Amino acid sequence: MIVTRQKGSLLLGASGLILLLSTLVFTPQNKLIILSASMLMLVSGSLIYFKEVYGSSLSGIKNNGVWFNALTAKGIWGWVLGMTLTAFYVAIYWFPEVLGFNSNGTSSGFVSLFDPLSYVLNGNPATQWFLYGTLYTLAILIFGVKFIWKYRHNRYQIIRTVSVMFFQLCFAFLIPEILGKLNPETPYFAKDLKNMWPLNYYFLDQWHLKNMLNGGNLGLVFLGTGLALMFLISPILTYLYGKRWYCSWVCGCGALAETAGDPFRQLSSKKVSVWKFERWMIHVVLVFISITTIAVLWSFLSSNKSMSIISREQFVGGVVVFILILMGVLFFWKKDGLNKDAKYTLLSLGIILIAVLSIQAFSGEKNILFINSYTLQKWYGFGIGAAFSGVLGVGFYPILGSRVWCRFGCPMAAILGLQQRLLSRFRITTNGGQCISCGNCSTYCEMGIDVRAYAQRGENIVRSSCVGCGVCSAVCPRGVLKLENGPLENRINSENYPLGNTLK
Amino acid sequence: MTSNKPKSSIVIIGNGISGITTARHIRKQSNVEITIISDESPYFFSRTALMYVYMGHMQFEHTQPYENNFWEKNKISLVHKRVAKLISEKHMLAFEDGSSIVYDKLVIATGSKPNRFGWPGQNLKAVQGLYHKQDLEQLEAWSGSIKSATIVGGGLIGIELAEMLHSRGKKVHFLVRESSFWNAILPEEESEMINQHIRLHGIDLQLETELKGIESNEEGRAKGVHTTRNEFIECQWVGLTVGVSPNIDFLKNSSLETGKGIKVNSFLETNLPHVYAIGDCAEQTEPLEGRQPIEAVWYTGRMMGETLAKTLVGEKTKYVPGNWFNSAKFFDIEYQTYGTVTSTPVYEEEQQLFWKHPKKNNSIRLSFNPSTNTLLGCITMGVRLRHSVFDEWLTNKEPMDSVIKNFKTANFDPEFYPTYEKELTMEWETLKRHNNP
Repeated sequence: MIVTRQKGSLLLGASGLILLLSTLVFTPQNKLIILSASMLMLVSGSLIYFKEVYGSSLSGIKNNGVWFNALTAKGIWGWVLGMTLTAFYVAIYWFPEVLGFNSNGTSSGFVSLFDPLSYVLNGNPATQWFLYGTLYTLAILIFGVKFIWKYRHNRYQIIRTVSVMFFQLCFAFLIPEILGKLNPETPYFAKDLKNMWPLNYYFLDQWHLKNMLNGGNLGLVFLGTGLALMFLISPILTYLYGKRWYCSWVCGCGALAETAGDPFRQLSSKKVSVWKFERWMIHVVLVFISITTIAVLWSFLSSNKSMSIISREQFVGGVVVFILILMGVLFFWKKDGLNKDAKYTLLSLGIILIAVLSIQAFSGEKNILFINSYTLQKWYGFGIGAAFSGVLGVGFYPILGSRVWCRFGCPMAAILGLQQRLLSRFRITTNGGQCISCGNCSTYCEMGIDVRAYAQRGENIVRSSCVGCGVCSAVCPRGVLKLENGPLENRINSENYPLGNTLK
Repeated sequence: MTSNKPKSSIVIIGNGISGITTARHIRKQSNVEITIISDESPYFFSRTALMYVYMGHMQFEHTQPYENNFWEKNKISLVHKRVAKLISEKHMLAFEDGSSIVYDKLVIATGSKPNRFGWPGQNLKAVQGLYHKQDLEQLEAWSGSIKSATIVGGGLIGIELAEMLHSRGKKVHFLVRESSFWNAILPEEESEMINQHIRLHGIDLQLETELKGIESNEEGRAKGVHTTRNEFIECQWVGLTVGVSPNIDFLKNSSLETGKGIKVNSFLETNLPHVYAIGDCAEQTEPLEGRQPIEAVWYTGRMMGETLAKTLVGEKTKYVPGNWFNSAKFFDIEYQTYGTVTSTPVYEEEQQLFWKHPKKNNSIRLSFNPSTNTLLGCITMGVRLRHSVFDEWLTNKEPMDSVIKNFKTANFDPEFYPTYEKELTMEWETLKRHNNP
């Protein structure tokens, strides 16, 4: 009975998907009907399926057969899905005409199928980006519901998932579209409030700054909020709760990884060598994004003296002071346990400092250190924005796990991570001596943290990459792990022996 | 022959948690030569995680807490052989393949083996226990041809096996001798909670039922079991999980003193000089008050390893484990215990405060000394408690009023979980009124 309903719902969902994808080859007459019908079938089919799968069994951890399944254990279906997703991303970024997008006129096919929805939300015909945003949001909502069913015994997971679904639907999808419709005259700027610099790497670009400054009150609100998030709100929230407040509660990339990406979380590599690579990567990303952004701002100030409230010399001075303060704070705050990470971060800040001073000393009006600053940004947009976050980050979910981008490439995660490691109340507490080294925590850590390595020593987990998804704590069979915020003292409790023995 | 070892070498038989912990802690403090012998697996893995491999939660590699190059990096030699004999007068171990190794100090940490009680048919094909890696491989090999399985013995391994087989769609019959699951350890309410939970999962739990014999098919494979209820249960596989005993058969003809396990004093020393035994295979001749001579659990193995390592690097140290603690998971219900809670307490010595969620599988039981009103221990189901807080309370013999008042500090459930401190306080007030009307 259950099996029949499962199969029936799968068939329903698959029919919806096929109907949806059929528009890749023909443009429907009545878009509204085809769009509604396919969406209805897709959504109801998958929701019924997930309810049958998870709702028909007792609540608890649902990882049976994960490593036997060709989809979730890098088998043939994993590769098929990976290739399909990658192809979709390549099409979206570089060949949107395959999807029916026409930059010079009326789009057709898959893209145009979403016209009815696009007109309602933003008053314009659909673009490939509207199509992408819609599917992205839909995936987060459908798989979010699935995740909630899967973890219905765990309130942390439920609330966190509702949060990512809310932020994606409202902040990333609905509000920007509607604001665009209400303000058709204002020049384009990013209207996803939570998508702050440096995840939105063009936030401080010349054209973007100009558009915000010319965007009336709305533009100024977004500029102000963006800056406040960067310099005030984010550091405070990260201090209080760790980077999870963003990465697994708010962020759109995180939202997709936590919902649609959840079946692949176990595929992240836990090797020590990969961890070393990760540390190296995040510092490079951090240095690169800082220097390019400072360079872009510098050239904005050079060429738009009328729009600037400060001169470029004042700007450079400010940046230097800011970095020196950061270095000072780090130097005095660093504790014994943090030496290595603190040193890496100090080194990175030092490199940024030297780069800033060199920019001031050796650059002309258009050239930053003899390279056109926008060429640099363009490469970054291609290399990081598209190739890494999209193609590799999502397309390779079924091969590399769901958080590859977040772990190695995301500049936002890098900055939040450094703060989390060095100055935050967040940690995962290990429950005394209760660990049995089973390895569920490490296996299901999407960030590739070898959680067990700490837990079996009775040591708390304080890692910059931890996004606080809480799954290690959920899958632990012995109640060993707890995500919590607490005082900075003894946050890292490295003792010789886990609790239980009387040895000291 | 590999018998020309340099001076001062420590040889450890067994690469489970006890042996490995010993080796790691010796290496932290000394450069002495360390060799670990295991026939079971080339590298250390977590035995407790074998069930998750069968259930598809993990691959076998995930059960290995250290990367394979860890051992070489830490200069710990691994020998993948089976010891046949201890020749203690020559400080030598003979391997089954004819080679041998000499030691200066020997640590025996060979763990346990599943019990078999002489049932008819217990040596048939598709009849086995679950302890070693090889047991899991055997089960995996039979698995495809199992439609229904019978598990004999209502302990922790029994219920794990039930969960494992159930996860792969097998019909499971679970024979338990006691009147309720694990009720030598669990008080009535908790034990009944688990009974119901097991049955809710669709397991055929048969209480007060024992195995009479196993029937064979024409190929010598189990085809069903006869129970003491005079019932015949058809099945293609039988799991025998009626406890474990020390794995010390290879020492039979040695001069090592053994009882159920290898006899050790509180320094983990055997009767032979420079030979020590730890973990499941060690039998304490002078156990601490309230503790068993053989405690076959992960944590005590680890602690014996930590202790012995100190002795072996020259700081002779007594094995003095702290307050008792343990944990398990019965299908979806987590269990934790700290200190002493008896399943059927003697009223003058131990009283208990019990709270259970009216609908869900969450409960807390605190035991205390009624004459002093101080904490003795606790058992929780579906509630996680903070080890450090309970350890401190137990050591300090914390008054119950203070335990109840500060119970929130011991809460270790994930954030946003429903709390139960209010209900527990009400139960405590009621019990106090009852005790002092």
